[in-house]
Amino acid sequence: MSLLDVNQLSIAFHTRDGTVNAVQNVSFSVDKGETLGIVGESGSGKSVTCYSLLGLIPMPPGEVVNGTAVFDGQDLLQTSESTMRKIRGKRISMIFQDPMTSLNPYMRIGQQIIEPLLLHSEISKAQARQKAIALLEEVGISDAAARFEQYPHEFSGGMRQRVVIAMALITEPDLLIADEPTTALDVTIQAQILELIRELQQRRNIAVIFISHDLDVIKRIATRTIVMEKGCIVEQGDTATLFANPQEDYTRALLASIPTTAKPAEFAYDSAEGEQTFLSVDDVRVSFAKGKERFVAVNDVSLQVRRGEVLGLVGESGCGKTTLSQSIVRLVNIESGGITLRSSEQKPLPLHQLQGDALKATRKDIQMIFQDPYASLNPRMTVFNTLAEPIKLHGICHSAEDIRARVLALMDDVGLERRWANKYPHEFSGGQRQRIAIARALAVEPKLIIADEPVSALDVTIQAQILHLLLELCQRHRLTMIFISHDLAVVRYIADRTVVMNQGEIVEINDTETLYHAPQADYTRKLLDARA
Amino acid sequence: MIDAMKNFTDAEIEFDKGRSLWQDAWYRLSKNKLAMFGLVVISFLIVVSLLTPWIAPYGYETQNLALGASPPSAEHWLGTDIHGRDLLTRLMYGGRISLLVGFAATAVSLVVGVLWGTIAGYIGGMTDTIMMRIVDILYALPFMIFIILLMVVFGRSLLLLFLAIGLMEWLTMARIVRTQVLSIRKQEYVSAAIVTGLSHWQIIRRHVIPNVLGPVVVYITLTVPSVMLLEAFLSFLGLGIQPPQSSWGVLISGGVETMEEYPWLLIFPGIALSVTLFALNFLGDGLRDALDPKANRG
Repeated sequence: MSLLDVNQLSIAFHTRDGTVNAVQNVSFSVDKGETLGIVGESGSGKSVTCYSLLGLIPMPPGEVVNGTAVFDGQDLLQTSESTMRKIRGKRISMIFQDPMTSLNPYMRIGQQIIEPLLLHSEISKAQARQKAIALLEEVGISDAAARFEQYPHEFSGGMRQRVVIAMALITEPDLLIADEPTTALDVTIQAQILELIRELQQRRNIAVIFISHDLDVIKRIATRTIVMEKGCIVEQGDTATLFANPQEDYTRALLASIPTTAKPAEFAYDSAEGEQTFLSVDDVRVSFAKGKERFVAVNDVSLQVRRGEVLGLVGESGCGKTTLSQSIVRLVNIESGGITLRSSEQKPLPLHQLQGDALKATRKDIQMIFQDPYASLNPRMTVFNTLAEPIKLHGICHSAEDIRARVLALMDDVGLERRWANKYPHEFSGGQRQRIAIARALAVEPKLIIADEPVSALDVTIQAQILHLLLELCQRHRLTMIFISHDLAVVRYIADRTVVMNQGEIVEINDTETLYHAPQADYTRKLLDARA
Repeated sequence: MIDAMKNFTDAEIEFDKGRSLWQDAWYRLSKNKLAMFGLVVISFLIVVSLLTPWIAPYGYETQNLALGASPPSAEHWLGTDIHGRDLLTRLMYGGRISLLVGFAATAVSLVVGVLWGTIAGYIGGMTDTIMMRIVDILYALPFMIFIILLMVVFGRSLLLLFLAIGLMEWLTMARIVRTQVLSIRKQEYVSAAIVTGLSHWQIIRRHVIPNVLGPVVVYITLTVPSVMLLEAFLSFLGLGIQPPQSSWGVLISGGVETMEEYPWLLIFPGIALSVTLFALNFLGDGLRDALDPKANRG
């Protein structure tokens, strides 16, 4: 018999707009010693399924419509809250997505780790402490006895996730549910955490349910995989078989959405008109006050962007890629160096020195697309007003009729239906919102677009659509683009040349394919290995 | 200019109706029975106050000295006071003043507080520090004494009362708004607006202020009752509204003196004030839930 048997589970949410069937007739089982991967896009019901096992679904509005979830002879969906408390944290533990928010910032990590242990078993504090220190060492935290007394903010993101894992394992659970545990981490750290989870799982012979939107991660960690879409299981099977030979269209579509190829030839940079430098960044340095010292975010960086190319900017969090891009659009000021814009019709413009009207005029030429489409649109403005604002501001069109026509044309351009013009951002999905943000950037007919992680908040199928849209728009409007991402595969698909940054400095800069196949710097190699 | 074309229509395309966050909030509010009760009561009071000169059963100063203080009867539903004046009429006129003080003083605090808080939060840095230290210092002043002194020195005038109370209440408003603006300023849509080339004033007007209005509305509904209470308190002390003008505070103060002989003179104004305060607080609580973007969409 399996450790956990979920049978015909259906969960509904009763909302204002009617009943949403979040999970429909889902059945699966997990055995001791295996890792079950659940993969799906947002809204597929993968998290809801797992949260319901631990009684973590708010009811109402949620409701378990039918189904059973038998764990060790007990139906988790029927147990009382007091029995559930004995199971939760003791027999079944959970790791959440964001290590920054799943630890209490006011409690020493040692206290947090032993808390579930003291709660669930008769054990002295000293014993608990010993056990916790041993476990911290096991999850790869050196000098554990000293770090036991530290607070969460003294740990980096990856280290924090290790602490969270230690906390989940301290009661020696039989089942560990991990909800996107590596999504908030950098690729190199992600690889380490995955390795750690696999090791621990084998050593302790526990069952793991690993939820992720990232097919690549699932492929590396899961023994069996379930693919979910819109609350239903689309396909399940042995991971290797499922990835090698997907049976269902949806699985195939998912797999096809992962960018694995070089930039499509039809979108490649065309140097027929002669190479022209459009933007040059010379010895730019940006630093921020951090306590008494200054933290150098961008350290004497120089690079050239050619007219009409897509330049990829890759690096892990904190490498300075975002700061560099913000200094180009003047959201931050540079400390030294220069940024020069060379439009063919005017003389070179020192971007970093512009003020007032001159700055406003150049804003028209350089636009930005932000990472989080949920935060980059004013929630109180309709799509129409969001798009009309820059058009009016820069006098692209004047009469109401022209503005209207331009807004509707922009919506066509990015694949939004015209009839949505009066809707508000919260009524759209993430991908649609990102299309609105792209349309806003295009509204003023810019020459250069800086896209800061524009697809990292999106589902993989949506990501593929948006990437393709960006490539098309670049070609159609003869745009130059700086594309920032932490994801090398994405950059490889979209960029002609790629810049790798680490700790505020440029590590390597080369044609994307050359860089991908023959990386020169160690750091680039490390980044590439972490994904492979 | 932008707002003028908020909802355009077209012969060829049928546009989907958008549902703004305000409409969403209104929907949630309408599900809250207590809040709706509060809203109905407040609306009723406002309508009655506006129409008082026409619908009041008696004249404001009509006395019937022969009648004296009489308990509720068919002619005088809530009874009369010691001068034989109809209590219902007095309550209606008093309510006008009480509500006026409540709303006008809140309006003063709204304008000053929102501007102050927005500017401090948006500019940040040294400006923010200085502006907020000023708020801190004013906070530390014993305002009640300040108002009482003002009233004593300049005499009791309604306008002065609005100003004095309003200038006291804006401090909290400024703090609330500033905190909101600090977080909104870091939102990507503000960065996007800067990159678009909007001036700071345009950004504040179009992108910042509309997004702080939620908490502000909540705070307004909680400020109005506290101002009304303050006015009642000052009037009770004899420092607020001057007879023969009356407010609920004045009526309550008068009622207390004759509590034992003519209890209705205290009970009815007391009920009027309490019900209003309850209604406003229910409405405020309901609005807070309705405007919270993280609230469950039930």
